[in-house]
Amino acid sequence: MALYFFYFFAFTAILSSFLVIFANNPVHSVLWLIVTFFSVAGFFILVGAEFLALLLMIVYVGALAVLFLFVVMMLNINFAGLRSGVAQYLPFGILIGLVIFIELILAFVPWDFKEQSFDNLSSPINLSETNTVALGKVVYTDYFLLFQCAGIILLIAMIGSIVLTLRSRPDVKRQNITEQIFRDPNSSIEVKDINPGEGI
Amino acid sequence: MIIPIEHFLIVSASLFVIGVFGIFLNRKNIIIILMSIELILASVNINFVVFSSYLGDLVGQVFAMFILTVAAAEAAIGLAILVCFYRLRNSIFIEDANTMKG
Repeated sequence: MALYFFYFFAFTAILSSFLVIFANNPVHSVLWLIVTFFSVAGFFILVGAEFLALLLMIVYVGALAVLFLFVVMMLNINFAGLRSGVAQYLPFGILIGLVIFIELILAFVPWDFKEQSFDNLSSPINLSETNTVALGKVVYTDYFLLFQCAGIILLIAMIGSIVLTLRSRPDVKRQNITEQIFRDPNSSIEVKDINPGEGI
Repeated sequence: MIIPIEHFLIVSASLFVIGVFGIFLNRKNIIIILMSIELILASVNINFVVFSSYLGDLVGQVFAMFILTVAAAEAAIGLAILVCFYRLRNSIFIEDANTMKG
């Protein structure tokens, strides 16, 4: 049964990732990317990494894909011009892709775990506790500093993207709070003596 | 495990190659290039998690989590740079990014 699920996920993953790079419209590419990540999450569930599967869905589908969609839809882009030159790059791309694929397969196929590799596990999986609990026990103890570094990376990414996209627009009237607080009657009120019927 | 590990490795190798192929194919469209990078990172994630599960060691999943973090940060900054570039040039053609004559 698990094998059939695996073949289903493998089929959808490879097909949708092909459609990601071949779709004419980047919006369709983003949607196919979501399908790819769902299939990858299926793989993770098949091998027993439930926490990462759900994390993948939350981070990629919930945040990244929506970010891509926002950017693609916000920018007014001529997509037809972007597709030109594909035929020119196709043969070279196929050549490089084939070479990398054959190299990876050659490295992967005659594969077997050595007996000793099972004696040297740094944090063995304990099947009596759930994946989330086990992962938490490892992340918050052995890899605590790396975990904090990951948090700092996210903070830097957040600050960086805010700073990059923030722009000060002089043509827009905005409230200047310090200037408003430091106003006093001497500088802002002027008393004029107006004769009746004349106006200013 | 019922599923042989080679099956997973071949799928992840295919995803990696498709990602590299996508970078070659869509050399003008930086959005598709960013998506191809995400595909490559997903294939690396599959490798980490599958080896972690078949070896019985949890560290691979921890590292997959860190890869997820870096991928999210990279995509956010990449898209922010893209928005800046679009405001500057009104296009996202990579050929237009030639100020430094590289």
